Amino acid sequence: MSEHNEHAQHIVGPGVYLVILFALLIGTALTVWASFLELGFWNPIIALAIATTKAVLVVLFFMHVKYSSKLTKLTVISGIFMFLVLISMTLTDYISRAWGSW
Amino acid sequence: MSEHTIVSLPDQATARIPKDNYITRENGLLSWLLTSDHKRIAILYLISITFFFFIGGALAGLIRLELLTPQADLMATDTYNKVFTMHGVIMIFFFLVPSVPATLGNFFIPMMIGAKDLALPKINLLSWYLYMTGGLLALYTMTVGGVDTGWTFTTPLSTHYVNTNVLTTGLAVFVAGFSSILTGLNFIVTIHKMRAPGLTWFRLPLFIWANYAASILMVLGTPVLAIAIVLVALERTLGIGVFDPTKGGDPLLFQHLFWFYSHPAVYIMILPGMGVISEVISNFSRKRVFGYTAVAFSSVAIAVFGFFVWAHHMFIMGISNYAVLVFSLLSMLVAVPSAIKIFNWSLTLYKGSITFETPMLYAFGFIGLFTIGGMTGVFLGTSGTDIHLTETYFIVAHFHFVMVGGMLMAFLAGIHFWWPKMTGRMYPEKISQLAAVVTFIGFNLTFFPQFILGMLGMPRRYAAYPPEFQILNVFSTAGATILGVGYLLPVLYLIWSLRYGAIAGDNPWQATGLEWQSQSPPLTENFAEIPVMDHEAYDYEWLEKQQKEKGVASAE
Amino acid sequence: MPNSSVHTAESAHEEHPAYLRHHFNSTEQQADAAGFAMWLFLLTEVMFFSGLFTAYLIYRNWYYPAFVSGSHQLNVVWGTTNTVVLIFSSFTMAMGVWCAETRRRRGLVLSLTLTFILGLGFLGIKTIEYREKIEKHHVPGFHYSMQSFLDPQSDPEVYAEYHDKPLVPDMARHTELYFSLYFLMTGMHALHMIIGIGILGFMILRARAGAYTAGHVTFVENIGLYWHFVDIIWIYLFALLYLISRHQ
Repeated sequence: MSEHNEHAQHIVGPGVYLVILFALLIGTALTVWASFLELGFWNPIIALAIATTKAVLVVLFFMHVKYSSKLTKLTVISGIFMFLVLISMTLTDYISRAWGSW
Repeated sequence: MSEHTIVSLPDQATARIPKDNYITRENGLLSWLLTSDHKRIAILYLISITFFFFIGGALAGLIRLELLTPQADLMATDTYNKVFTMHGVIMIFFFLVPSVPATLGNFFIPMMIGAKDLALPKINLLSWYLYMTGGLLALYTMTVGGVDTGWTFTTPLSTHYVNTNVLTTGLAVFVAGFSSILTGLNFIVTIHKMRAPGLTWFRLPLFIWANYAASILMVLGTPVLAIAIVLVALERTLGIGVFDPTKGGDPLLFQHLFWFYSHPAVYIMILPGMGVISEVISNFSRKRVFGYTAVAFSSVAIAVFGFFVWAHHMFIMGISNYAVLVFSLLSMLVAVPSAIKIFNWSLTLYKGSITFETPMLYAFGFIGLFTIGGMTGVFLGTSGTDIHLTETYFIVAHFHFVMVGGMLMAFLAGIHFWWPKMTGRMYPEKISQLAAVVTFIGFNLTFFPQFILGMLGMPRRYAAYPPEFQILNVFSTAGATILGVGYLLPVLYLIWSLRYGAIAGDNPWQATGLEWQSQSPPLTENFAEIPVMDHEAYDYEWLEKQQKEKGVASAE
Repeated sequence: MPNSSVHTAESAHEEHPAYLRHHFNSTEQQADAAGFAMWLFLLTEVMFFSGLFTAYLIYRNWYYPAFVSGSHQLNVVWGTTNTVVLIFSSFTMAMGVWCAETRRRRGLVLSLTLTFILGLGFLGIKTIEYREKIEKHHVPGFHYSMQSFLDPQSDPEVYAEYHDKPLVPDMARHTELYFSLYFLMTGMHALHMIIGIGILGFMILRARAGAYTAGHVTFVENIGLYWHFVDIIWIYLFALLYLISRHQ
């Protein structure tokens, strides 16, 4: 019965990390630049999209999730899912309050 | 009661408790207080939650005593508020939430999966210390004036309008919450990573599935309670305005965060009990649980759906009608998996060889009372009826039916079922059966009138009530007295059994779980040899074959 | 023995090293369990912060002008610098994990030390920012002042950049909520940074003694996970708190 431990078998090297570092720095520059543009309701969407892309890169490569077991991936997804459930279902109340009584 | 029993004890003249077991392996108080053995930690928990249960029970006695008369004559209304608040806080956070997981779960999850301990033994001990710290803080709070906001700490009452000990109680709950998180985390890692060879997910006892589902709730839900408490503390001390309407904050935000945990919390409380019932029903009908897969998945479904329904505690609080609609609909969904379990247990009984030992009596009580409690939950989840029933004694009756008639009975079923394994001794059967019946009668007399009181309009959390409600309150208090006797008896005879109980042997119940393959009480390392799992759960044929091979007389 | 594989003397020692706990069957199982436990802990952290993010989203929606004005009081240069600092610290932390995995003791110590220093740098910048908030009376509580929002021209630095319009008193009051959330969220984040830096300090000492470069890398890996998580929280805090709307 051998334990299949992926991160012991797959060591992520400095090359990958450097690429991700540059991607994150570019993303930071991009998001700061975008915040100075007048884009109405797109501003927060773009900011969050860039932030999420950066977060995904950190999770996949710095945190090795890309090379991890299905269980790890499932754990990450369930955390994100629960986070979104709290926010979105609470917002169903706040968004609909102004709609009045039917 | 039928004389027919499946109990099979060794010859009492020659039987002895095994000399080397987890209790005798090391001596001295420190060996217990610094242990990393999951079984010793379970016993530490068992003693402490029993202690807190009786504190909470004493507070309940005070409530029922006050409610004998329509006037607030036994205590001032402020004091009454403090009494029911601490009753709720202690019973929920210091008894119900840890009850089965921290005692039976801690003791038996490693054994049921053939492991030597939980994945993180020292974290397990830390859990207990956090629990004790929270508990002692709660007790301390009671000595310096308590808190009177109700266990739900509703804002802005708790943040702006009371000068009682919200902060210390909040801290006690916060600390206890981390205890719960660490226990759940430990269980999830253990169940995923430490199963014996051959023990696939669908060969696991349903007790494991139930605790696994509850652990997911503990890990994902409790942190939100933690942040809610932090925000209340900051609101009270610094006035940051997050829940203060005069500063633009919304008190309902607290309730959203609070109930996001507290609704899954009720499933944290009940799921492990349901796990116990699966084990007990199967064992005392000598039949595998009907629809194993459905019961297993229903545990996970309860956990998942349980996260989507929290605002059904807030229907009248000022959330939008659309939110009421959404959450009411979703609440209908969450009842389904619970009902699936009830059906499957019933079908397990059908054509089984049923005997009526004490654990089974408690299990029957559970099925009846939880069904009533659960169905009344549907009335409450239906927003139209909830408007009339919420904040009345109907709610009090509903949650006591599921928590006391359900969960507490399941806990007692589990304690009795696994007592011989934990202690090596059998409890006395006749008096324990009597206690179970007394509890059942006392429970119904206490809480059934409260459904009627609620429908008639008696509000909850009031020390005084209109005189026409008195007769039902008197019934309720009478029932509570009987119930108290029913709970006191087990403490007495279980302690008695430690010295005078019959020697149980390895498997007095002829049960199929891996934990019964060890000696009673077990070795510190659980098994002399890690067993290999080559059969399905609840495989009574396998057990019979094994016993024939060993030359042991089987049940019947 | 459940394991039926043949052992050489070397692999037998590998299989029962001193750090293998008795309740685990193998170092792989132990490392697996520890990593999984750390991920579950991070899930609890996500849910802990999610309450704050929920509060933030709701109040930003309700009091958008106040949040815009409040965010203009944050210095984008410091904020961006801090983001860059943390990104580099995540890089050095990841390099530390690589060094531990490839048994480079000096590289590990260097990486952890750089991460430590960058972490301190982050906290240093945060201190500068917090001090500025205190001086301008933008800390919620008794000394909170709405002056900068009722009369933006009284704050020439910020006014020169954004030319904010004055807020009506009702809306100006809600800037206090913005700053409450700012301090709460960045404060909670900073607390996690402090804990991380403390653990890093301990790790540097142990790393110098070779504790993590002899095959037992679990601790470094798991603290790495924690560090990256704290970085991710900041990535979102930066986007939400600093970059609400910088065009005016």
